[in-house]
Amino acid sequence: MSKVVHEFTTAIPEWKPYVKPLDLAEAAPAQLEALKITPSNTKVSDYVLVLAHDVETLTHRSPLFNGVMYNKGGLSRAEREIGAVGASIVNRCIYCAAVHAGRYNQLTKDETVIAAIFADGVEAEISPRLKAILDFSVKLSKCPSDADASDMQALVDAGLGKDEILDLILSSSLFGWANRLMHTLGEPLLGSD
Amino acid sequence: MALTQQTHDAALTPADPGGLTHPERAALACRIAKINDARDFEEHFEALLDNSGASGDAARIADIWFDGGSDSRLKALIWHVDLVAHAPKDATRRDIELLREAGLADADIVRLSELVAFVSYQIRVAAGLRLMRGME
Repeated sequence: MSKVVHEFTTAIPEWKPYVKPLDLAEAAPAQLEALKITPSNTKVSDYVLVLAHDVETLTHRSPLFNGVMYNKGGLSRAEREIGAVGASIVNRCIYCAAVHAGRYNQLTKDETVIAAIFADGVEAEISPRLKAILDFSVKLSKCPSDADASDMQALVDAGLGKDEILDLILSSSLFGWANRLMHTLGEPLLGSD
Repeated sequence: MALTQQTHDAALTPADPGGLTHPERAALACRIAKINDARDFEEHFEALLDNSGASGDAARIADIWFDGGSDSRLKALIWHVDLVAHAPKDATRRDIELLREAGLADADIVRLSELVAFVSYQIRVAAGLRLMRGME
């Protein structure tokens, strides 16, 4: 019996979609192309198979996602993950928060920052630089966005350069997108052991 | 940024719109802009709506006070878009069931979700960039 997870965790849950993932046997050529399905690569997550229902969007979404999260230069990969985590907290996407908090921990070999954020949110006692990054991400993720000139100034004061700020804007916004898919189209489950 | 534009076109004016017409997409995007207090996007989507050959029904979707009236499909579309734009954290399995009960196919539920999710993303990128320009 698996259980829906409602609290933030770094244990990555299983994502169970509410809608039926695309059946590869019924997929159109454009869908197979977007999924990069080849005879030697037929393993695709349910999440991507759900998104394949809107193949035109998916085709552009994947490269955009990789560019925002993994391109060279600018904000460090770990700090981009904090942008993702900030958005996921606001939107309460347990799954995205778990995956990206886990990546932060993996990249930095430090679990204290995420533990503090999951416990205290924007009140977490973390370094001023990380706090400015988290605050900005959380405020930009509200609807309407709550980020203002003082939050931007806080990023500059914390030592972020323009290219780093741009990456933070992109990673936080990108997770506003991802959360609105992941959290609304399915639920995070933890199997009992 | 080119990818953002390409995704904009894929979400707003796809070659295969499925069960969500171009005018409906533009009108729903207009609602999302209003919910985000994003005037520039509101104008952008309004222009897109005007150019989409919208019927009066589709155009009404952009009116934030219109809840779909007696049209159960429109009502479900509007309810879901407003919820996911404003408070995605409150969305549950039930909200997807409501869309199904209103006659939406799974593929159209995904298309609708991508539309709200993408427009919400684009509005935030623009808001962030505007704050950056304000620093100069």
